[in-house]
Amino acid sequence: MKLIKIATLSIGLAVMLSNCGGSKDPKSTEKLSGEIKIDGSSTVYPISEAVAEEFKATYPDVKVTVGLSGTGGGFKKFGRGEIDINDASRSIKSSEDSICVASKISHIELKVAFDGLAVVVNPQNTWVKDITVAELKKIWEPEAQGKIKFWNQIRPEWPKEEIHLFGAGVESGTYDYFTEAIVGKSHSSRGDYTASEDDNVLVQGISTDKLALGFFGLAYFSENKDKLKLVGIDDQKDENGKGAILPSIETVKNKTYSPLGRPLFIYVNSTAAGRKEVQTFVDFYLTNGGKLAGEVGYIPMTDEEYKSEKAKFDAFVKTLTK
Amino acid sequence: MNNAVKNRIKDNAFKYFGIACTSFGLLMLAIFIGNILIEGLARIDWDFITNFPSRNPDKAGILPALVGTLWIMGLTAIIAIPLGVSAGIYLEEYGRKNRLAKILEINISNLAGVPSIIYGLLGLEIFGRIMGMGGSLLAGASTLSLLILPVIIVSTREALKAVPKSIKEASFAMGASKWQTIWHQLLPASFGGVITGIILALSRAIGETAPLIVIGALAYVPFVPASPTDEFSVLPIQIFNWISRPQKGFAINAASAIIILLLVTFVLNGIAMYLRNRWQRKVRW
Repeated sequence: MKLIKIATLSIGLAVMLSNCGGSKDPKSTEKLSGEIKIDGSSTVYPISEAVAEEFKATYPDVKVTVGLSGTGGGFKKFGRGEIDINDASRSIKSSEDSICVASKISHIELKVAFDGLAVVVNPQNTWVKDITVAELKKIWEPEAQGKIKFWNQIRPEWPKEEIHLFGAGVESGTYDYFTEAIVGKSHSSRGDYTASEDDNVLVQGISTDKLALGFFGLAYFSENKDKLKLVGIDDQKDENGKGAILPSIETVKNKTYSPLGRPLFIYVNSTAAGRKEVQTFVDFYLTNGGKLAGEVGYIPMTDEEYKSEKAKFDAFVKTLTK
Repeated sequence: MNNAVKNRIKDNAFKYFGIACTSFGLLMLAIFIGNILIEGLARIDWDFITNFPSRNPDKAGILPALVGTLWIMGLTAIIAIPLGVSAGIYLEEYGRKNRLAKILEINISNLAGVPSIIYGLLGLEIFGRIMGMGGSLLAGASTLSLLILPVIIVSTREALKAVPKSIKEASFAMGASKWQTIWHQLLPASFGGVITGIILALSRAIGETAPLIVIGALAYVPFVPASPTDEFSVLPIQIFNWISRPQKGFAINAASAIIILLLVTFVLNGIAMYLRNRWQRKVRW
């Protein structure tokens, strides 16, 4: 008897819950409805969340959902046609692209904002002000494992003290991008460093370790300026600006902060791009994405760049309707 | 020093060791909860509960995640409790005690130790793709049910085992059938143990993030899930997302969401404990 009562109670609870949903907003300007599924990079997530939030205010009947399976996890779902848009903090890999081709999914890559990867040290570190890409490579390449252990191995005038490395976990797009830009080969670096997918953990680690050196998204530096020290990057290519350059909104935007300024992307599935609500959403993304990206800590592209991405998308949509 | 004194010293030493161990755990818990309360309590208000996620930490709320968590809890309970308890009863009372049963027993205990993300992968393939549930509440609850079944089965069996044999024999002697014995004697007598297992299992399910992310639970859901086939988010995913954001405001939100999650677990456990106490008072032979 009692068991039956509990069962009815739980079913009752479920019914109650199911009645809470479904409040409708009457002030819809345009009759757009449907569902748009976004997944992918946790780096791009805050921008997509912000765009989805604003989009909902204008088009309340379109359900935009955003997940955070990571760039790679998102591309797996994208290749199966399970999602409409994938957030990506790096370009699609050829292995991922061939899965899309095999399942007859064509897609378009659109830039939505920039992120700078900041290289930082502890504020008590008095010796490092700037570093060259070649020196970073010497520290991070796979061959450095177990060999490059002291600061003076990188520059003789630096102290003979241990160097403690902090960086993004190997599953993240940030790691792929950093290794590609610094080591020259994506997904290849030494393994003996403190890795975390959560950049706040890296901030914590570097801010309490005098001998630390690490990298993460610029937004995490901006929010923790008092606990960290930014290091200028010199790519030894004068066409990108002479000498060491500190990351900032300006230097990332005008691409002098090279090679650690990176674009963030969304990938749109072609079948989805044929739907009216998806077209409106992507248009909305490219119109308002810059401002919203700035609000959540990223660096907007120039207006011309957004225009050209929009033109690229419009052309893509046109080829679909033919 | 004679043996009696030595033994007493050993006895005391162990007692203080035990006290130290217990207080270490309690202290850590107190520090953790205190820290969370200091950081997050001020942020909790009605808006926090009823708002949708937002890029602005002051406007962001947990409504879809909270409702998602309640849905997941309810559905997981509906799926896992009957399955787990029935399997436990079968294995303990009906199943033959041969080699196959031994192998089954070892495997069920082993399953309890499999990393949760493996269940996520299994759930994604079986429930999400083959059975076509996608990233719905039902797929999530089914996956979590698999995750907690071993705990429920094992604790049900242990609880049934703990019922004195004389009760069972007396019931048979009165001419009761096997089912009558189980329903009227064994289950009421072992209810306390069974429900303790269920509480532990469900509490574990509430805190899981990894398997749900794998099956496709989302982080931003702009609607309240209204049926088991809807997509969803849960509190642990919302917390995980907020904690990894750069802005300080989101860290405070995460602390507040943790308080709500603790409250939900607390209320659930409270209800279960109340049921257990009421039930146990009634069992008298």
